[in-house]
Amino acid sequence: MNPAVPKQIMSWESPRTGIGVRAAYEHPFIVRACHWLNSVALLVLIASGLRIYLAFPSFGPKIPQHNFPTIPKQLTIGGWLGGALQWHFTFLWIYIATGVIYVGYQIFSGNLRQVLFMPRDIRGVWPMARHYFLFGAKPELSEPYNPLQKLAYTSAILLGILSVLTGLVLMSPVQFSFLGILMGGFHMARVWHFLIMIAFLLFLGGHLVMVILHGWNNFVSMLTGWKKDPEYLS
Amino acid sequence: MEVPVTERQAKKIRRRELLKLSPVLLLGAFAVPTVQETLLKKGLAFHDWAASQFFRKSHLAPTFSDAEVVPIEKFPINDYDVDDPGVDLAAWKLKVSGDVANPGEYTLDQIQELPRQRQNTRHICVEGWDVIGRFGGARLSDFLQMIGANPRAKFVFVECADDYYTTIDMATAMHPQSLMCYEMYDRPLTREHGAPVRLSIPTKIGYKNAKYLTSLRVTDVLTKQGYWEDQGYSTYYGI
Repeated sequence: MNPAVPKQIMSWESPRTGIGVRAAYEHPFIVRACHWLNSVALLVLIASGLRIYLAFPSFGPKIPQHNFPTIPKQLTIGGWLGGALQWHFTFLWIYIATGVIYVGYQIFSGNLRQVLFMPRDIRGVWPMARHYFLFGAKPELSEPYNPLQKLAYTSAILLGILSVLTGLVLMSPVQFSFLGILMGGFHMARVWHFLIMIAFLLFLGGHLVMVILHGWNNFVSMLTGWKKDPEYLS
Repeated sequence: MEVPVTERQAKKIRRRELLKLSPVLLLGAFAVPTVQETLLKKGLAFHDWAASQFFRKSHLAPTFSDAEVVPIEKFPINDYDVDDPGVDLAAWKLKVSGDVANPGEYTLDQIQELPRQRQNTRHICVEGWDVIGRFGGARLSDFLQMIGANPRAKFVFVECADDYYTTIDMATAMHPQSLMCYEMYDRPLTREHGAPVRLSIPTKIGYKNAKYLTSLRVTDVLTKQGYWEDQGYSTYYGI
């Protein structure tokens, strides 16, 4: 199995056991830095966003106000609306900057193609899902990212872009009134913004489960860049 | 390309790559109580600067048909203290001061001599709700011209009968939809909605649409920004 994108590989022998080890350079510095900064920013945006939501936990009119389900304040950050807005308005710029740098880097380095979900990946999604969740057979893998992973990571990028676009309409509905029209209006922009957050939470849940399931060496690769004994090296 | 190394070299390489990430830990400063407030203030200040770059003086806030306007009973009455601070409407005058050629006191009649603009616009509260209302009044830009305001001054600072106060940047004050509003729904403002004069600025967040104005100052220097702004809310909050 050859990775679609050639990677640097180093190999060594443990002096103690004599066992040979190989490691592949999976994640360059920019990818790792953006990953950690962006994920912290996203968590802060969700927690502060939920505190902002609590100031008007409704998607209907003000008079009469019908509240949606409330969420515990312990899940939020900021303490009060003013504080939550400070966190939200500060971290959204970190989120945007790291997102733009990451996607830009992936495009210019050519790495995006290993993560990007394409039509030819559609038929590979179900066998992968069946393998993960229903004890199906492990499909033959020829690329560093399987179709389900590609679907997840491409969706995450799209969700990132949409969260920013809907956020712009919420932040500046007058200056971005045209974008607002595309989304179905100011009220719909707020609904979309929350639906996207829920989709992100689903992605996050799945992502964390998969990271745990794929073991320590895989996790460490997002810290050091190198993955010891990757699956695609026999 | 496969490169053979020693185990020690491999460990060194991976440790170095890990250490490269250490600047990411700087983000942890936000969790340190002593610097957190400063960092968030700076973050908000950056955000306010960025938002002000999006402002276009020629771009109008969306306006709406009369059918889309909510009935006045559904237009919330909001304030930080009392709905009606008991303005003496018969004796009311707006005290104008600062970088203006014609300081002094202005009556409602003088404001109403300026051309009247009526518009159906969306009032957005920082809490997340909004209402479409019908507002009428003189253009703030016309009023600023009447008082001989210096157009190169930075701010218009207003104070209110309930001790509320806020600041509008000059570019927004000069926007054609910014009003010295004395009417809602084609009738004089009621006391609860800010009689006799309030700001109606559809390019600013709700808390900058101050009610029951008592004074207006044109200035470059601010000792305070606004009732909510001084507590940590955005000082620019142009929408």
